[in-house]
Amino acid sequence: MSVFVNKDTKVIVQGITGSTALFHTKQMLEYGTKIVAGVTPGKAGQEVEGVPVFNTVEEAVKATGANASVVYVPPAFAADAIVEAVDAELDLVITITEHIPVIDMIKVKRYMKGKKTRLVGPNCPGVITPDECKIGIMPGYIHRKGHVGVVSRSGTLTYEAVHQLSQADIGQTTAVGIGGDPVNGTDFIDVLKAFNEDDETYAVIMIGEIGGTAEEEAAEWIKANMSKPVVGFIGGQTAPPGKRMGHAGAIISGGKGTADEKIKTLNACGVKVAETPAVMGETLISVLKEKGLYEKCLIK
Amino acid sequence: MNIHEYQGKELLRKYGVAVPDGKVAFTPEEAVKAAETLNSTVKVVKAQIHAGGRGKAGGVKLAKSLDEVRTYAEELLGKTLVTHQTGPEGKEVKRLLIEEGSDIQSEFYIGLVLDRATSRIVMMGSEEGGTEIEEVAANTPEKIFRETVDPVVGLMPYQARRLAFNINIPVNLVNKAVKFMIGLYNVFVENDCSIAEINPLVTTGDGQVMALDAKLNFDDNALYRHKDILELRDLDEEDEKEIEASKYDLSYIALDGNIGCMVNGAGLAMSTMDIIKHYGGDPANFLDVGGGATAEKVTEAFKIILSDKNVQGIFVNIFGGIMKCDVIAEGVIEATKQVGLKLPLVVRLEGTNVEIGKKMLNESGLNIVAAESMADGAEKIVSLVK
Repeated sequence: MSVFVNKDTKVIVQGITGSTALFHTKQMLEYGTKIVAGVTPGKAGQEVEGVPVFNTVEEAVKATGANASVVYVPPAFAADAIVEAVDAELDLVITITEHIPVIDMIKVKRYMKGKKTRLVGPNCPGVITPDECKIGIMPGYIHRKGHVGVVSRSGTLTYEAVHQLSQADIGQTTAVGIGGDPVNGTDFIDVLKAFNEDDETYAVIMIGEIGGTAEEEAAEWIKANMSKPVVGFIGGQTAPPGKRMGHAGAIISGGKGTADEKIKTLNACGVKVAETPAVMGETLISVLKEKGLYEKCLIK
Repeated sequence: MNIHEYQGKELLRKYGVAVPDGKVAFTPEEAVKAAETLNSTVKVVKAQIHAGGRGKAGGVKLAKSLDEVRTYAEELLGKTLVTHQTGPEGKEVKRLLIEEGSDIQSEFYIGLVLDRATSRIVMMGSEEGGTEIEEVAANTPEKIFRETVDPVVGLMPYQARRLAFNINIPVNLVNKAVKFMIGLYNVFVENDCSIAEINPLVTTGDGQVMALDAKLNFDDNALYRHKDILELRDLDEEDEKEIEASKYDLSYIALDGNIGCMVNGAGLAMSTMDIIKHYGGDPANFLDVGGGATAEKVTEAFKIILSDKNVQGIFVNIFGGIMKCDVIAEGVIEATKQVGLKLPLVVRLEGTNVEIGKKMLNESGLNIVAAESMADGAEKIVSLVK
């Protein structure tokens, strides 16, 4: 198994005629993702890489039976696109778009309460289940199918971790980028829960960064509920307070959200934290060996 | 984006949030002119810089006559104020707010921020006005009260009332405080604020509830729909290198060290700083070049990094991902030639065509050290600048 996406996931690309979306639609199709439709208002009837384009998500769902979408539309229109996907009752909407105003996301998140759709992102690289389905902008080839779940607030740090694992013949069940914004649809705990319930996942690597308290909450949840080993990494140990480090959510404010605090809490909750980003893979492997899971996770 | 106190107060006034009468002044003459229009006997001369702690640093003066207004204005304009928020280099005062004095009875704190744990806006209040909220949170957390706002209905009057009662606003002024809080909430949501902090909020002898100070920050991502707010931007208050970087869609933040960093992705950029520190070095900056490291972008990034005179070496750390490493290598080589880089340069590439990329770097004839891994690159640059 895997979490959130698999070989049966049928995907709509929202904003498919934009240049970024076009590029990544091609990449996703090459990877084998079932892209069944695109949506760009006013462009119904066109085809993009052989994928039919519709005016609305609703029409696209009706015609193709899609159950997921990926949003590439510009930030000013992203909230609208997400709500459209929610109203079309998709299971999953993955939002790649960066720079969406926070107040838009507060409203979207409130609107989604009690609805069936799961939002991943915004400002995230997407979700990939190796060899089955890649939704987003991550480089597919670095991933290898296996038994380690990856969850992260940062795109390139996810690639870094996945690459280290794959190089060491440790495959992944699914890699989920939850995004670098302060308000996001899916948080660490949602993903950890999914990995905990997934039979194929034997261990998890969780990559956080400065800002907010999501890592601390996740650490407490892990301590209370997680039956599988989790290894962590926190970026921004040297970041100065009060400065936004690229990601909208990566800021130490009012003394809250420091890397030290997060690492302390993670350690206290039994999560081993990699000392540098260069040893995320090594740290996980050392824990796998400790728990007798290394052989089971190794790609033969 | 930040704005000045006087600009914030003008915005509050538009929403019916009470603030003292006052005007901005750029010269001592303007200061006197502004003071002439005010009714109070005491006028306040307040330095306008984008930093808190102005009072303690001598940036706020009480003038009892127009002559005193002139004297204080002359003293403050052009002066460099050093507060706990400006850093040791301080900030030069170029604008003043000339404001009527208030007969202050009590001081309170009211602030609006995003509460990340609930994804809602929260209004915080405290009767410890005039003190920084972080300090109150650390020493007397029981004195901070919070109201979480549901975006469907906004801040409800009962919530504002409850907060007013909790922080001990005099009963006869609670209705005015409620009007104040709801007005402030409207300012926040209608203008896409990221912070709206009134410290202190005061009650006065003549029964007013007023904002004596105003700190408003705005969500950069929403500025496209607030042209009027964008016009309030004061470039004098921002770091030159950060402004230059934003023109090229580069995310740059200056730090104190001597190793310049150029990385793709915010998380990896932060971690690159961390790993430099881990190996005993000191990063000079945070710099995220984003997805496409083209020759043009790399060139601009190099120029910005090199405009920091402390920089003694550069570490480029790129996880190629979808971008091919040979394309990135070409960009780095081109940029190195263009800026005539003489400092040590260590480049770590990973991703598609990494071997071709490394070969290109090594055969470029330039002084570029190709690193085998992130750790190797960090170690190399640290030893090269020592």
